[in-house]
Amino acid sequence: MSAPAAAKIRLATVWLDGCSGCHMSLLDTDERLIEIAPLIDLVYGPLVDLKEFPEGVDVTLVEGAVSSEEDLHKIRQVRARTRVLVSLGDCAVSGNVPAMRNKFGAQAVLKRAYLENATLDAQIPREIIPRLLKDSRPVHEVVPVDVFVPGCPPPADLIFSVLSDLLAGRTPNPAAKFG
Amino acid sequence: MTRPTVRVKTLTIDGREVGAREDQTVLEVARENNIFIPTLCNLPGLSPAGACRLCLVEVKGVNKLLPACVTRVSEGMEVTVNSERLERFRRGILELVFAERNHVCSVCVTNGHCDLQSLALKLGMTHVHFPYQYPRLPVDASHERFVVDHNRCVLCARCVRVCDEIEGAHTWHIMSRGVECRVITDLAQPWGASESCTGCGKCVQVCPTGALSEKGKSVAEMSKRRQFLPYLTLMREDRR
Repeated sequence: MSAPAAAKIRLATVWLDGCSGCHMSLLDTDERLIEIAPLIDLVYGPLVDLKEFPEGVDVTLVEGAVSSEEDLHKIRQVRARTRVLVSLGDCAVSGNVPAMRNKFGAQAVLKRAYLENATLDAQIPREIIPRLLKDSRPVHEVVPVDVFVPGCPPPADLIFSVLSDLLAGRTPNPAAKFG
Repeated sequence: MTRPTVRVKTLTIDGREVGAREDQTVLEVARENNIFIPTLCNLPGLSPAGACRLCLVEVKGVNKLLPACVTRVSEGMEVTVNSERLERFRRGILELVFAERNHVCSVCVTNGHCDLQSLALKLGMTHVHFPYQYPRLPVDASHERFVVDHNRCVLCARCVRVCDEIEGAHTWHIMSRGVECRVITDLAQPWGASESCTGCGKCVQVCPTGALSEKGKSVAEMSKRRQFLPYLTLMREDRR
């Protein structure tokens, strides 16, 4: 019999407005994932087939800035249901590339992408994809964040050390550079 | 040859007793004694500017913080360069610099070679507490070989000083105040139209960030070469 489920850390990862590079960097911890695996329950993430973010999550790693109405809804729910919220990577920490649109405005970006550069049936989508917020924001400008891990992406070693700290119940204090 | 007599002053930095020439600044003495004080606008070989405020220190008996780069030593001075309060202020100043313009390290030409980026790491700045301003700032690529990107400028005035003090052209200056503050070439004309610019590129090399760069450099490709500065300064001092 395995250890009781309660002993495991309930871990989630969330992908907001980012390129998935931070998730890739997490996967770049390679075989060390096998060390982590028995210690966690991966309860939510881009590869977990679950529509709703679960209750009672111990640690959530957030990649990406808050750019759309869906991001905003999601991050508020994530915060409410997570004990330790980690901003993973420059987009979550500083807005980074997604926030570069802020000086032009969301409309200018939509126009550029869907009208000026479209070759067929040019129109700005109004359904299915979530509406962009006026500004793209770092996570901590929207909800309180407990741990900040800068980097574009944060190196795999750094992510592993942060995760190891969190799994051991320590508060990580990552020394990491932006970019 | 008569040399002017130089008086020696004794002071303490973080409780450590150090000796200094009377014409030295607190920053110079600290550096001689391997005591770290963070700086951004300062660059040995250029006159001190006191522009960035990162080198603020505490001096006993003075109830405001003083920039170490322009504070002369005095006898019996008791200087504190490392304290929890100073760390907090320095990080705050750095965060304000990041929040004021668009410093996007991941897509910057100087990513990995930037003084501002290194300082953030060194001072343990993991995020910015202030709301980012996202100002809409121009990029002037009118010069044949160089680009000025105001999004990355920290207004340290290194370009202004090197152009004036070392090259002798004084092409660069600073215009306006507060958030309107900009580095300008000639009378706020496009750099490419400047008649005073000699095209020497010293400003580009001393610039701490990606604000001034060489054309043709992509992300992380613009490392700065500053070896000329101590060399030129030394040669000129010898000639005096």
